[in-house]
Amino acid sequence: MSWPAADPCQGLEGDLYARVFAEGARDDTLILNMGPQHPSTHGVLRVLLEMDGEYVMRAEPVLGYIHRMHEHMAQNRAYVQFFPNMGRVDYLHALAWNWAWAGAVEKLAGLEVPRRAEYIRVICTELNRVNSHLLWWGAYLLDLGAVTPIMYAFEDRELVMDMLQLITGSRLTYSSFRFGGVLTDIDTEFVSRCRAFLKRMPERLEMYRELVTGNAILRGRLEGVGVIDQMTARRYGATGPVLRGSGVGYDVRRAEPYGLYHEFDYAVPVHHDCDCMARYMVRMDELEASLSIVAQAIDGLPEGHCIHPDAPRGKWRPPAGEVYFAVEGARGKIGVYLASDGTEIPYRVKLRSPSFSNLSLFAEIGQGTLLSDAVAILGSLDLVIPEIDR
Amino acid sequence: MNGSSLAAVAPELLRLGVGLLALVGFIAANGMLLLYVERKVAGHVQRRPGPFEVGPHGLLQAFADAGKLVGKQLATPAGADGLLFWAAPLMAFMPVPLMFIAIPFGENLFGLQTNLGLVLILSFAGFNVLALCLAGWGSNNKWSLLGAARAVSQAVAYEIPLLLSVLAVALMCGSLDLRQLAGSQGGWPWQWNVAVQPLAFFIYFVCAVAETNRAPFDLAEAESELTAGVHTEYSGMGNGIFFLAEYANMIVVGCVATALFLGGSQGPFAPGPWWFLAKMYLLVTLVIFMRWTYPRVRFDQLLNLNWRWLMPLALVNLLATALAVKLAG
Repeated sequence: MSWPAADPCQGLEGDLYARVFAEGARDDTLILNMGPQHPSTHGVLRVLLEMDGEYVMRAEPVLGYIHRMHEHMAQNRAYVQFFPNMGRVDYLHALAWNWAWAGAVEKLAGLEVPRRAEYIRVICTELNRVNSHLLWWGAYLLDLGAVTPIMYAFEDRELVMDMLQLITGSRLTYSSFRFGGVLTDIDTEFVSRCRAFLKRMPERLEMYRELVTGNAILRGRLEGVGVIDQMTARRYGATGPVLRGSGVGYDVRRAEPYGLYHEFDYAVPVHHDCDCMARYMVRMDELEASLSIVAQAIDGLPEGHCIHPDAPRGKWRPPAGEVYFAVEGARGKIGVYLASDGTEIPYRVKLRSPSFSNLSLFAEIGQGTLLSDAVAILGSLDLVIPEIDR
Repeated sequence: MNGSSLAAVAPELLRLGVGLLALVGFIAANGMLLLYVERKVAGHVQRRPGPFEVGPHGLLQAFADAGKLVGKQLATPAGADGLLFWAAPLMAFMPVPLMFIAIPFGENLFGLQTNLGLVLILSFAGFNVLALCLAGWGSNNKWSLLGAARAVSQAVAYEIPLLLSVLAVALMCGSLDLRQLAGSQGGWPWQWNVAVQPLAFFIYFVCAVAETNRAPFDLAEAESELTAGVHTEYSGMGNGIFFLAEYANMIVVGCVATALFLGGSQGPFAPGPWWFLAKMYLLVTLVIFMRWTYPRVRFDQLLNLNWRWLMPLALVNLLATALAVKLAG
């Protein structure tokens, strides 16, 4: 393995934001602010582009428009009070963040989680992942100019949200995990709805494959665009579908097992083309993998408590210590570093969000592309801006 | 009617005046109709009902929208060139009624009989790109400017195969008069020009979609890339007129396709303007369906499609037609 060759855009080294360059600023280019209000930056991301006609010479993501100091907030409240924040860091895969926080504290205090609770966590988190990928699918095609698929995706999404509402009480920003289990148990209503959804989805995914994935225009837009080779992806610390689309089969559920994921039989989809199409295909395959995990979990759901009877409640003092816990979110590796000094509130919390690393890639792979490709590449990274800024 | 005496000119002028007025009404009514049809089609394609609240099945929604557009403030962006900025929507709309006058809706339903009808329509259609160019430049907005640059290169590129495909039919029939071209075809589908010139029809249709800036070739607007491209800065009726012109242009290309390739106002039975309108609306609905189905192509792909495929194909088609006409004639 070797580090990539020199910059494709020679002589462009410098800071675009401050307009300080090694060879001075050029006066024949167009500075374009894509965002913070732009339909394709999905929130308040701002990308500073230096354009030569339709070509992107330099791209510089500018962050911080939705920085809410989640890490600092954690240091101001009791452990359990930080759960609602987790639903707002990444609103599309809130339960993975819930799990990361619950898992970190459980690891710190050595808490036990009942088997039934572990299964419920798996079911909810995977359904939430399905939800996140479906939304990405619709929104990505919207970026590419296909206006209709998002409506179909939302039709499926609605069913998942209804289901999750039954057991978590919310539709988007879930905060239903607790230390030592989950807040509410699964009932028969949920199980029957879930089975109906699992029966419905293969047909829908087949339809999406026929209508969208095979479309010649879509393939023309995605194939060979935004190639992130393995080394580049690793260099920037990319994780999740972005890394798996670059041919690295790294999935936290397999690499650093947590919960009861080792009990389920599922594939970790990997594609080796490294382009936008590979990332697209990884996510489409992950939809199937997640649905298969949910099906297995629903079938094998054990009896028991949904939360450990001795689980800590309210204000509670975990032992002092440091711990790091990671889970696989829809966008990649979600990490929580937690330092406790034995008081009621955390001493220090650091959140590792996958979108931050994935976005950093854009400055490099966005160079030399067309504006349309830049939009396609940004979308293929599946960014959730609040997660980047935290 | 050789136009030498005043008595002979007057009815012609009268016909032109009445025709233009009627056509402006037709265009405005069509704008409303197509706005409604587009939203309903979009709705049903996307498994939702579309407009439903204003009037039965949302029938009055287009009027509500028109009222809203008329009532809105016309804002000129700071630093914009006011004259060019507001000349653009007018320039987009003004040529449209002129394009309609040469269209033979029926045997005797037309605004102007001229042996250069086709040339008249194609030359006035060229104004549209000028309007988009002015809009993009006058807006003082970088997104609009990029949209205008796209619009110009797209329109210039696609005009050529469009002309070549139309020329093949004109060559075959030996006329540029739309009325004559339409009249030279029979009533049944196999007697239409599309049966003889399927390739020309296909090229014409693809180019027409591109010329009217409709998806999947809507690169000048490209909502997800250029926010709204050349339309970004237009508020109220400025935007409304652009929309009206877009729909009117769709109808024009539909009309020309009907007259050239689909037998005009002739049908298997009871020939008349209804056949013309039915065929034209069928084509327009097809264009609307395409918009809500496909993703957008990239700019280089759009131009490659034109220069590498449509243009050589259109040239070959024209040569083959010329050869066939020469050998047969």
